[in-house]
Amino acid sequence: MSLSHALPGSDDITRVELPNHITVLVRSNFNSPSVTLNGYLATGSLFDSDEKLGLSDFATSSLMRGTQTRSFEQIYDSLESVGAHLGFSAGTHTTGFSGRALVEDLPLLFDLIEDCLLNPIFPEAEIERLRTQLLTGLAMRAQDTGEMAAMTFDKLVFGKHPYARPDDGYPETIKAISRDDLVDFHQRCFGPRGLTIAVVGAVEPAFVMAEVSRTLGDWQNPQQPNLPALPDVNPLTETVRRHIPLPGKSQTDLLVGVLGPVRRAPEYMAASLGNSVLGQFGMMGRIGDVVREQSGLAYYASSSLSAGTGPGTWEVSAGVNPANLEKALDLITAELRLFTEKGVSREELQDSQDNFVGRLPLSLESNAGVASALINIERHNLGLDYYRRYEEQVRAVTPEMVLQAARKYINPAALAIATCGP
Amino acid sequence: MTGCTEVTLKNGLKVLLKEIHTAPLISQWVWYRVGSKDEIPGKTGVSHWVEHMQFKGTPHFPSSVLDKAIAREGGQWNAFTYMDWTTYYETMPAARIDLALTLEADRMLNSEFDSQEVESERTVIISEREGSENEPLFMLGEAIQHAAFRVHPYQHEVIGDMADLHTLTREDLYQHYRSYYLPNNAVLAMAGDFNIDEMLTRISELYEAIPAGATPPRLQLPEPDQTEEVRLTVEGPGETVFLQAAYRAPAASNPDFFALAVLDSLLAGPSNLNMFGGGGISNKTSRLYRAIIDTELAVSVHGGSSATIDPFMYTFTLTAHPSSHLDKALAALDIELERLQNDLVSPAEVARAIKQARAMFAYGAENITNQAFWLGYAEMFASYEWFTTYLDKLSTVSPADVLQAAQTYFQPRSRVVGTYLPTGTGDEE
Repeated sequence: MSLSHALPGSDDITRVELPNHITVLVRSNFNSPSVTLNGYLATGSLFDSDEKLGLSDFATSSLMRGTQTRSFEQIYDSLESVGAHLGFSAGTHTTGFSGRALVEDLPLLFDLIEDCLLNPIFPEAEIERLRTQLLTGLAMRAQDTGEMAAMTFDKLVFGKHPYARPDDGYPETIKAISRDDLVDFHQRCFGPRGLTIAVVGAVEPAFVMAEVSRTLGDWQNPQQPNLPALPDVNPLTETVRRHIPLPGKSQTDLLVGVLGPVRRAPEYMAASLGNSVLGQFGMMGRIGDVVREQSGLAYYASSSLSAGTGPGTWEVSAGVNPANLEKALDLITAELRLFTEKGVSREELQDSQDNFVGRLPLSLESNAGVASALINIERHNLGLDYYRRYEEQVRAVTPEMVLQAARKYINPAALAIATCGP
Repeated sequence: MTGCTEVTLKNGLKVLLKEIHTAPLISQWVWYRVGSKDEIPGKTGVSHWVEHMQFKGTPHFPSSVLDKAIAREGGQWNAFTYMDWTTYYETMPAARIDLALTLEADRMLNSEFDSQEVESERTVIISEREGSENEPLFMLGEAIQHAAFRVHPYQHEVIGDMADLHTLTREDLYQHYRSYYLPNNAVLAMAGDFNIDEMLTRISELYEAIPAGATPPRLQLPEPDQTEEVRLTVEGPGETVFLQAAYRAPAASNPDFFALAVLDSLLAGPSNLNMFGGGGISNKTSRLYRAIIDTELAVSVHGGSSATIDPFMYTFTLTAHPSSHLDKALAALDIELERLQNDLVSPAEVARAIKQARAMFAYGAENITNQAFWLGYAEMFASYEWFTTYLDKLSTVSPADVLQAAQTYFQPRSRVVGTYLPTGTGDEE
């Protein structure tokens, strides 16, 4: 079978916009009797106040706790009885949802999506039960070295920008949220405008379109606000470092990095390929080679680039014995310096380009992989033939472009360094 | 689930092949019949460390070359060591599979185990263990395993005891490698976009020259029946109390395994057996969720077992509710277990468990890596037929079978109850 046939494109993706501004993308795959659904709404923690941070997350987690016609039990009984899954989760700009089922149960997923999005009733007892679960999750987060390092890192990089805040809030903000807050948040911030759904599996596009129209086609929310304007965020001008002590732990988790590009930045692909050389390719790129393979300092050591609607982060992470922390930080900083001074060689770039192109079929083999690709296309306006044109875009990047991107974002003298451990 | 071709080469290598032409991909898995079950005290963790050394190169494929070669082709590879087995896989664009075939054949015999690489990997593995030690449930699980098995090597974690990670030698590792990495102790399983006859020819060319050796015996140290309940506590950093109750569970080849799978489904929500892809099903209408979470005796409950060669454990894990003692949750668990031991479940509940399993198998079938995984995985504790007939076997489970499984396996005298108690509280900004 040919490679291009395996990649989604404009000839096998059906894309329709409904009158109420819901966008639907469908790609059929009859190889397995299952179907995956992925989507998002244009609401998230950006609407949360500092005092009630986590409101969006709390409201989203409450959607399946009871509706006007279905109890929490009934919702989950209908899903679990047929081995299906549906879940909602709040992010910063958007609130995502995902589902999967045997194809015969797809209408059930749509019924529940409609009911949970439009008719949740936030039952008092369920809300309190959920609040305790959320608080327990936050207590576990406070004791997780990786999560605490990551949260601290975001604070260092984003300062007073809302991206510095954890979407799931803090214990005191979760305690401050009332049922009325949840009801109000739902009424104001959940609406069809900007809602996107991708469906992939053993189903015809026309059937999906009819199902979305049947369940969500009449939804209106004239109150639905636009996302609030965001302040600019400036890169650090000097290195800042913070340690969160957790006595009794065996390992220290570390994050070292900077403010990264937005997804739509022209240099995104160059930065992404550069990141592959830096801390992904093979056994986690140059970082893995220096920190793990040559020095034996860590089981995991890599770099990552996260880019969304707004700027993300470009960061190196590792878990090390506390006695080796300074040595690991020195090695990582030296690699970042080298990366911004010399960039990458033609051979290194070629390796990562081959990897980016070669791994596409693997990342797109399952329904879930294709569904998230369709969401990626829509979210960042990449065009339906993005994956067909992908190789061309990857191959167009030169070592000079990688060096420019590296220098634009990474200043080795102005890093955020967050650590958490004993 | 048919169409699997099984061939045994002259050197004893068992080959399982299945053509799947849904994507231009091939997934190859090489399984060895060795794991932490084959380790004696003082040498724990040796199987897992050998697995790490298998990425450190042969004369033909030096260490840094391997990773890069696979990545350059867009492939994905990894390895896993478990109690009963060790496995290596590559999923590659179909046209590139020869690289995976060549390198697995090569490292079945020719890995170098360079002394310097052994030392460098020692600290990597110690770091891996330290990362796990940061997790309360790892610390609790390790203590429970140790208490549940006095004789059988299932008593230690796959990664090994810290003391052994400091003292194992290059010779220990190399000897383990040479003893167990033999074609007659291995299974090669492959699924994807290929032609079986052509693939078999190529596999024979590459693997048939590897000499067979004396098939290594597995350690046979049967665990005596547990005759009384064991209770333990583990203390460590944290704010949250966890409780695990672990019961001796049947081997995967035991027909009771399927009754227990139905029981698992309705008691704690179905465990997802797929290693790759699919995703699980929530458990919010399971009997334990209703009895323990809806009543606010705990904030989460999960249960599950593993498909193992020898009897291992079925473990319940509970996360404490801040205003309720976990003893109450354990009492509620006991009541639910007694119900299952005294009252027949309804045929509808059994049917529900079967539908859940059918859905999870369908999700798992979306992905070639997972399908190839099953070919070899099932072979490690039973046979591929175990997998292909799984749903049929679930369908034959009767309410009486479930009752009997509950009576047989969920007895307080055959359990270990462990509690993780936080020693302090951390400050969150």
